[in-house]
Amino acid sequence: MYNLIKDTLISQVVTLWQVMMHMFVKADTVEYPEEMPYMFPRWRGRIILSRDPDGEERCVACNLCAVACPVDCIALQKTEDEEGRWYPEFFRINFSRCIMCGFCEEACPTNAIQLTPDFEMAEYVRQDMVWEKEDLLISGTGKYHDYNFYRVAGKKIGGKDKGEALNEAVPVNVRSLLP
Amino acid sequence: MTFEVGSGLSIGAILVTVIIVAAMLIWVERRLLSLWQERLGPNRVGYFGLLQVVADMIKIFTKEDWIPPFADKFSFVLAPGIIMGVILLSFSVIPFAPGVGVVDSNIGVLFILAMASLGAYSVMLGGLSSNNKYALLGALRATAQMISYEVFMGISMLGVVALTGSFNLREIVLAQSDGWYVIPQFVGFVIFLIAGIAESHRLPFDIPEAEQEICSGYHTEYSGMKFGMFFVGEYLGLVLIASLITVLFFGGWLGPAFLPPIVWFSIKVFGFIAFFILLRAAVPRPRYDQLMSYGWLFLLPVSLINLLVTGAIILSIQ
Repeated sequence: MYNLIKDTLISQVVTLWQVMMHMFVKADTVEYPEEMPYMFPRWRGRIILSRDPDGEERCVACNLCAVACPVDCIALQKTEDEEGRWYPEFFRINFSRCIMCGFCEEACPTNAIQLTPDFEMAEYVRQDMVWEKEDLLISGTGKYHDYNFYRVAGKKIGGKDKGEALNEAVPVNVRSLLP
Repeated sequence: MTFEVGSGLSIGAILVTVIIVAAMLIWVERRLLSLWQERLGPNRVGYFGLLQVVADMIKIFTKEDWIPPFADKFSFVLAPGIIMGVILLSFSVIPFAPGVGVVDSNIGVLFILAMASLGAYSVMLGGLSSNNKYALLGALRATAQMISYEVFMGISMLGVVALTGSFNLREIVLAQSDGWYVIPQFVGFVIFLIAGIAESHRLPFDIPEAEQEICSGYHTEYSGMKFGMFFVGEYLGLVLIASLITVLFFGGWLGPAFLPPIVWFSIKVFGFIAFFILLRAAVPRPRYDQLMSYGWLFLLPVSLINLLVTGAIILSIQ
């Protein structure tokens, strides 16, 4: 009998009291359109293409992001300028498919593709969810300010020969027998 | 059987007020639940979200009112009407304030019990005619629950009736001018409260429409305004049970004179409605067989003992 009363009555009354005391706790709700929530810098939101510190496109059209993408929402085509730099002829992200997984950012060897804390991407027309390169490219460096792929890579482009990159030794002449 | 009928104006006013209050409870319940769950609740439509009910009504009226082809059309359409009609009829004997009420009947308590029994037909017909397994399960549970808990509800009211010596709800209120019946009839009050929640199948006794187990129970197949009528009927039942507790155990409109009687009545009723919503926020639902055995093995003996002891004390005083 005591256990019955303890289980059915006292426990319920204690529960009721404790729930009622939550009246005096401030609500956790963030009233979004009026009050913006704090977005963390590493939030995986809208995808951008960044530029290197010299203002050139970072993307070298290696296609790794398109391969890593689990929903195949990235499409791009490689082309080359007269200096030998690779860049995408077009770069297209279908945001109606994108799941913001961030795999493209992890796959990118040149820190070109980056995810930003912006999440307000709703559109009325589905076709507007497809973003082209001019929509994706920003004028800044994104999260990594000093990195410039062509300055550290061994690739030969106009104005920079083999061995002239940062921390790069001059190429060994393999036909010479002298040390 | 004698009864006096109130004026047409007051009948209309009561009807409109009761339905508006029941509809507004949708908003009140959501706001109170969110208050206890550290949320904000609906606050967008109108001031403090007060027009949420209007938005809901517009939505529910413009929805497709679909009757499944496999349903039994006549009883399917009839069922939501029964619950609304029966509960609105029950309000006819409630004395809201001196001179405010629809019918002043000397069988008020019996009338309410009769109407509560008829309410079981609504859920039973709704579940059966839907021709849906979840609806049938819900109707089965609802019928068993309502028929069982009516027994204790009736017996727990009898203590009050014995103390007053009348079935007239107005006389029951007037007899409490010396002291509310909640003190001599505390056991009866607790049993009536529990049975009342089970009767209006509110949480924690919402087993007939337990969403997690059996979809929505007996109104699974309902849509549009027919669903809306079940919904408003449930809130009407909530208001009815709260008013009955107020009338039977908490002295109806009686209270200190600085507020008019109708305000005292409303304050008490709203207090009980808030308590029912708090129950929803806090207490988990028991299992179906637990509910049944709890009713028949615990509440029935206790309510019978309560009635017998009350009768013995009344006889020994006389």
